[in-house]
Amino acid sequence: MAIEVRIPTILRTYTDGAKQVEGTGSTLDELITDLEQRHAGLRDRLVDGGGLRRFVNVYLNDEDVRFLSGLETPVKDGDTVTVLPAVAGGAR
Amino acid sequence: MLTISRTLHDKIVAHARADHPDEACGVIAGPAGSDRPERFIAMLNAARSPTFYEFDSAEQFRVWREMDDRDEEPVVIYHSHTATEAYPSRTDIAYASEPQAHYVLVSTRDEDATEFRSFRIGDGEVTEEPVTVVE
Repeated sequence: MAIEVRIPTILRTYTDGAKQVEGTGSTLDELITDLEQRHAGLRDRLVDGGGLRRFVNVYLNDEDVRFLSGLETPVKDGDTVTVLPAVAGGAR
Repeated sequence: MLTISRTLHDKIVAHARADHPDEACGVIAGPAGSDRPERFIAMLNAARSPTFYEFDSAEQFRVWREMDDRDEEPVVIYHSHTATEAYPSRTDIAYASEPQAHYVLVSTRDEDATEFRSFRIGDGEVTEEPVTVVE
């Protein structure tokens, strides 16, 4: 079972420069745990406390997983998960 | 050094003025690795705030996917400050996540004059760079 995971530039230090890696799992949480085996440190950039980090966007195919089930979102073979750091900032 | 056309410079300023007092934000895409800003993409500020901006996550997905399909990257990421100087704030620095981008800050705090400055942000460090506007 392979799920394609697209990695943004800023996280490619964890994937030896690869912009795409593969993983397995039946939920996003399991997938991230699986990726951590081969790309140590990646999980901590995506997850804090009990959930996905506020300013990291994770998409299952075309949808932001915040509007699905967050870390519990089911994933399957053939899916594409995309990670994009949120673009944000402000006056302070 | 940021080299940008007059047309694109003016589009950024116009967007900032139009959205004042909310912060305006957007991207200028260019061919990957070229460092040439070419394609202006105004983005929705999903925070709609005078002191914060955030790209709408669905719009960001579409725009980033489109850039990838066209072999482009974000060359400029711009946003405006509406009551403070055109300098990256602590949050601007904390959330900067495109190491190759020129971060353009515009300030609309003065009705008559718009400040337009450009910075490189990486590893928590800010370096201002000169801006060359090409007519």
